[in-house]
Amino acid sequence: MSATSASAVAVLRAAPDPRLAAALRALAGTVGALALAALLFGAFLVAAGHDPLAVYALLWKGAFGSAFAWQNTLLRAAPLMLTALCVVLPARAGLIVIGGEGAVLMGGLAAAALGVHLGGLGGMALLPMALAGALAGGVWIGLVGLLRERRGVNEAIGSLLLAYIAAALFKHLVEGPLRDPASLNKPSTPALPDAARLGELAGSGVHAGLVIGVLACVLAHLLIHHTPWGFGLKVAGGNPRAGRMVGLPVGRLAIAACGLGGAAAGLAGMIEVAAVHGAANSALAAGYGYAGILVAFVARQQPLAILPTALLVGGVAASGGLLQRRLGLPDATVNVLQGFLFLSILVAEPLFQAVAQRIRRRRPR
Amino acid sequence: MSESRLSVSRRHFLQAVVAGSLVSLAGPWSRALAAGDKLTVGFIYVGPRDDYGYNQAHAEAAAQIRKLPGITALEEENVAETVAVQKTMESMIELDGAQLIFPTSFGYFDPHVLKVAAKYPGVRFAHCGGLWREGVHPKNTGSFFGYIDEGQYLNGVAAGHASKTRKLGFVAAKPIPQVLRNINAFTMGARSVDPSITTRVIFTGDWAMPVKEAEAANSLVDQGADVLTCHVDSPKVVVETAARRGAMVCGYHADQSALAPQAYLTGAQWNWVTPYTTLVQAAMSGAPMPNFIRGGLREGYIKTSPYGPALSAAGQAAVSATKEKMLAGALTIFKGPLADNKGRTVIAAGVELAQTDVALEAMDWLVEGVQG
Repeated sequence: MSATSASAVAVLRAAPDPRLAAALRALAGTVGALALAALLFGAFLVAAGHDPLAVYALLWKGAFGSAFAWQNTLLRAAPLMLTALCVVLPARAGLIVIGGEGAVLMGGLAAAALGVHLGGLGGMALLPMALAGALAGGVWIGLVGLLRERRGVNEAIGSLLLAYIAAALFKHLVEGPLRDPASLNKPSTPALPDAARLGELAGSGVHAGLVIGVLACVLAHLLIHHTPWGFGLKVAGGNPRAGRMVGLPVGRLAIAACGLGGAAAGLAGMIEVAAVHGAANSALAAGYGYAGILVAFVARQQPLAILPTALLVGGVAASGGLLQRRLGLPDATVNVLQGFLFLSILVAEPLFQAVAQRIRRRRPR
Repeated sequence: MSESRLSVSRRHFLQAVVAGSLVSLAGPWSRALAAGDKLTVGFIYVGPRDDYGYNQAHAEAAAQIRKLPGITALEEENVAETVAVQKTMESMIELDGAQLIFPTSFGYFDPHVLKVAAKYPGVRFAHCGGLWREGVHPKNTGSFFGYIDEGQYLNGVAAGHASKTRKLGFVAAKPIPQVLRNINAFTMGARSVDPSITTRVIFTGDWAMPVKEAEAANSLVDQGADVLTCHVDSPKVVVETAARRGAMVCGYHADQSALAPQAYLTGAQWNWVTPYTTLVQAAMSGAPMPNFIRGGLREGYIKTSPYGPALSAAGQAAVSATKEKMLAGALTIFKGPLADNKGRTVIAAGVELAQTDVALEAMDWLVEGVQG
């Protein structure tokens, strides 16, 4: 571990640009944390009587080892990119939003309810559906921001509770007023017309939601790092009092960041409905909103870092089946690995910073 | 009545399916499968395979299929009804050479099984749940299901003999036809013993809600119910909670007697090894896929748990006698005159609905004697 950090520090010294240095430092920390997680998970596997190398070989094979594996990984990563943004954007305003699942459900439901009536629009049907999904998700998480700014409701608790309300509302509508009477034992909204379905990227077996996810992350990066609005958000999030003193609308910025994050998660719900399920039903509550929290934290709340992180988490999920079938490992194995990843990232950041500082202090300049 | 016409046609259709599976025709699959008597079969579960419930019932049958000569069995648990199951099916086919797949969760069929089946016309997909329809769904897909309401009727007879408060409790997931049919059969079984018995139902809203299931079981016991049963994915919580509260319990899906040896009366269990064997044999011999197969106690799709010590000798004798009648085909559960719990006649006098009747699959009423 310390060897990794030491070489990273050496690289940092050579780097002339401070921004590059900061990026490299973050990268070194993340890579070190991933290595730590891999070691811990390996020890766990040995303790459980398995060969860690065989497990890692299968993880690689299932996640990135073939065209099929990549397809599998990309499909699982696509919704996580959008749900991670639902954590990252509010985090720039200093808020910890963990209820993205509610926005996924609301977005998916709004898109399904609207899409049923858009059969006549042809290829244009997807646009209003996407807007409806983003709007529903945006309003839902925007409400979290509003409650926080106007009523002082803690946003982590507020968003989590609203996710439960969303799930209940979703269930009520899908099993009640919006139910397709023909869906007897699997209550669903009516099947979407063909025009309202999102297809695959030419011959790839991966739906177009992947492109939307990547674009959203890039746009979020530009918004945060290359616009005055993003700068204002950073100031407001970093030090709200200073922000207010220089006249920034701190509260409104936070609500807007929540709304944008919610819109991304709502879009994820719309894509799931339009590309995968073809209707809204309880299968939409697959936990993408919660997995997005993991992705966002591993990506250290950086929109561009979401992309490789989503691939990593998607890949772990994609290879889980192979671990079950080939090695007879229980499904929970993958959860253990994800847990190690999450904890290592959280623990590693301060740990590596402390180590790096100590090394810097010891070496005379 | 249009309903009875439909049921007759389905009965003929079932006969044709059975006949078809017996006659080994050279179908398009025979080429792929005739080479050697080997078959790779994939089993996919929506929850953990040791859940004492729905998934365990499938896994127990899969374990028996695994022992058959020439069979390679693949298993995956906790596979969500999303792209996850599509990719699991494809992965079983692409990486492990699966030729027959059992996606066992109801929600897997539309759109997931249908999408993957279209991509792999040479692979067979046998879905559990009974959604396949002739002319609508492809021939390399099919459905199998069991009339487990027969088991719940027997549970009801056992409960009717064991209950002292004359109040039974039912913890149910969702108010959908499958579940309502079980609640009704359970209640009717109990009321065949004593017409003054009533059943209280609590819906938890979803298939796996352990906390709500515990709350519901506690609440039912608080309301005076002394025999509980359920229809949720894993009956573990309901069985354990009932036993802890001193109530008796009837099992569902799999055998839960180990969880409450003293409180367990009997249980309604799936016996999936019957349809599994039919489908595996057809695939191995290259016969056309049996697309729509169903059965109850008589056909070996359903079984009952051994009697627990809490059920009296008289109670055991009564359940066994009812079971014999079912096995002989001499008992129709749903027959008129039958009223629902709002006093409305749901089956007219003189009408008998056979288990195959499609009217039963759209059930949207609770029988007289059910409160909830």
